[in-house]
Amino acid sequence: MGKTALKRTSLYASGASPVNLLQARFYHEDCLVYDLEDSVPIAEKDAARLLVYHLVKYQRPTDKYVLIRVNGIYSEFIDEDLEAAVRACPDAIRIPKVEYANEVKRIAERITEIEKKAGLPVGKIELWCNIESYLGALNAREIAEADPRVVALALGAEDYTASLRATRTKEGLEIFYARNLVLTACRAAGVEAIDAVFSDINDKEGLMKDVALSKNLGFDGKTVVHPRQVDVVNAAFTPSAKEIRYAKRVLDAVEEGKREGKGAVTLDGSMIDKPMELRARTTLAQADAAGIAY
Amino acid sequence: MINAVGRELPEKIGSYVVKPFLGTGLAKDDYGPVVSNRRPTLKPASGTKLVATLEDAIKASGLQDGMTISFHHCFREGDKIIGQVLTAIRNLGIKNLRFAPSAVVNVKNPSVVEFVKDGTISRIEASGIRGELGDAVINGDIELDEPVILRPHGARPRAIESGDLKIDVAFLGASAADEYGNATGQVGPNACGSMGYAFVDALNAAKVVIVTDNLVDYPCCPISISQQYVDFVVKVDEIGDPAKIGAGAARMTKNPRDLMIAQYTANAIAASRRFKDGFSFQTGAGAIPIAITNFLAEKMEEREIKASFALGGIPAAIIDMYEKGLVRVVACSQSFDAVAAKAIAANPGVIEIDNAVYSNIYAKGCMLDRLNFGVLGALEIDTDFNINILTGSSGEMMGGLGGGPDVADGADISVVTLPLVRGRTPSVVPKVFTLCTPGSSVAMVVTEAGIALNPAHKRYEELKEDLAAAGIKTVTIEYLCELARSIVGTPKPIETTDRVVAVVEYRDGTVIDVIRHLKR
Repeated sequence: MGKTALKRTSLYASGASPVNLLQARFYHEDCLVYDLEDSVPIAEKDAARLLVYHLVKYQRPTDKYVLIRVNGIYSEFIDEDLEAAVRACPDAIRIPKVEYANEVKRIAERITEIEKKAGLPVGKIELWCNIESYLGALNAREIAEADPRVVALALGAEDYTASLRATRTKEGLEIFYARNLVLTACRAAGVEAIDAVFSDINDKEGLMKDVALSKNLGFDGKTVVHPRQVDVVNAAFTPSAKEIRYAKRVLDAVEEGKREGKGAVTLDGSMIDKPMELRARTTLAQADAAGIAY
Repeated sequence: MINAVGRELPEKIGSYVVKPFLGTGLAKDDYGPVVSNRRPTLKPASGTKLVATLEDAIKASGLQDGMTISFHHCFREGDKIIGQVLTAIRNLGIKNLRFAPSAVVNVKNPSVVEFVKDGTISRIEASGIRGELGDAVINGDIELDEPVILRPHGARPRAIESGDLKIDVAFLGASAADEYGNATGQVGPNACGSMGYAFVDALNAAKVVIVTDNLVDYPCCPISISQQYVDFVVKVDEIGDPAKIGAGAARMTKNPRDLMIAQYTANAIAASRRFKDGFSFQTGAGAIPIAITNFLAEKMEEREIKASFALGGIPAAIIDMYEKGLVRVVACSQSFDAVAAKAIAANPGVIEIDNAVYSNIYAKGCMLDRLNFGVLGALEIDTDFNINILTGSSGEMMGGLGGGPDVADGADISVVTLPLVRGRTPSVVPKVFTLCTPGSSVAMVVTEAGIALNPAHKRYEELKEDLAAAGIKTVTIEYLCELARSIVGTPKPIETTDRVVAVVEYRDGTVIDVIRHLKR
């Protein structure tokens, strides 16, 4: 497991690009996803698999959460991908286009077999499931609860909207329902919720708006496709000094109320209720994870 | 013998007597009077200095076998003067010349190599011999009588004024000139902007020939090179290719790695106590420097501070800062693009400066002495912070010395920016192949994998304190070196023979390293 507990950003690095594979570790993403799927042309699947295997096994960054995205569950590459990915020992394997809980179970069993065969500790490798279709969205909770290895669901908006016959827009109203569905499922299952990519890498303002929405909805992080998006997304998911100060005041007031045996506690004239306390705790936990002293 | 940075040097190479590098700040101050080849000369009897052809000018200049000719490199890769002049010289059958331009850019059609092969040129002295010529020299494809002498910009004026490099005929390209010899690079279809590298030649050559494709009415305005130094003027059809001289302003890079290095650099500079109203800087051209310039401009606006001057080779990004009122004076020894080239004539605070004023340590003080921050590129840096800006991973000639060694030494804080690895080549190495700039003059290195401060630099304690106060973490150069090795491995050592093909001078004229012929 990498040092970071944060999952604000997960950056894809294509297995087909040695330069990107090497360079990706130097950006500030919390999670680094070495990709064998969409970014790798069919003719280069073998080479990419070998490259990513060696990179993760021998040169993985130790200060990041490292994932390998394998090819689709029904693709001809999945067996070899899993074999290589498990033996490379990343923190997690990211499975694309998951639609049913039993798919996750099958993959988890396969991983266990490979771990045993390779003499690796069983159950250490975690799973992230990409939800990229209406079926995946509808079954999100079962998928999240399918196996203890599952620690996160990640929404894939492009394939999802295509499956719906919806038009993908920057505003993202067409994925609003899926975002809520996936997020709610994640909270119910106690796993992390990773929001979809914002595709226009040249539109910084658009990205800022989109990631503000992700954060406000409750997501823990976002997938990014370009290094230039990393700092913007990290900043959005990192509590500001003002937010931290306020959270601290809320919790101080709660503590004081407890000491004095008060039933109801107020701050600046408003009553502090349980949700406010929970939000304050979340803010400080995020600040802790980001290494911010307060 | 072994010099102060541990490089083994012969005592004599050809007729070149080696003065070993003694260390930074140890330059001797014992020169005699300036030596100049310039002759007090009466006006031309014909009433004009205009001659019909380059051949006529060469004949009139009295150029003979074994003499020294010079050029400036302000037209960069767009230069069409060097090729035309050398061709005319060859046509006249003059041989064995010492070719001493301020730098040899990668001029093609014809290539300088052809003139070495046919005996027109037998000696070369410049700040760099990048490209085909450099490769031919280092691979031993051409044999020269003497080693190539490579000097940083700051060392060339000293070499000329001390008599080490006596110029017989200087051929100085100008984008506009009148028939009496007044010339400039600031106007005309092939404007190059500052002619900073031409002044020392104009002042000290025995004969000066202005080569232009744009003859203007007397007097030419503005005047960079004055008529009092000029003997002949020649009009040719074309002196350059505007697209290669420096087209439009370079756009901000989108390369995320370069942007990250630039952002780290700007953050480190902004963390320094010297980043305050009235500070001075040199950032240079290229993707990373231009991004640094733009990031610094943002930080200056945030803090509401202005720079007193920006120095050196100037790109459009600096002119943009001037126009925003962020820089009081832009001192251009060179103009890197069309925007910068035109800015000198249009703005009172954008000035053309002589390279000697910019970088010569024997100029009774140069502008670099007053520089707070200097940003440098490099091909390699080693764990002693020594820099290689000349030779690439296979030993081939990749760059010129430029003003790098001068800027590092002159600036209070010199920052080397470079990617940790380039392709399969590490940039941070245990020992640089060719040592051009001594590590003791380098304050810090910035890579995408972090910033390393040089504990041996005079500002180390100050920088350490300032960066820590700003919450900027640093790493050690050994960490960067090991990280680079862990990614790309250790390259096979480059093998050379004992034959020295080039001498690398430091800014004080001592020898910091030599380049040997590559074993293939």
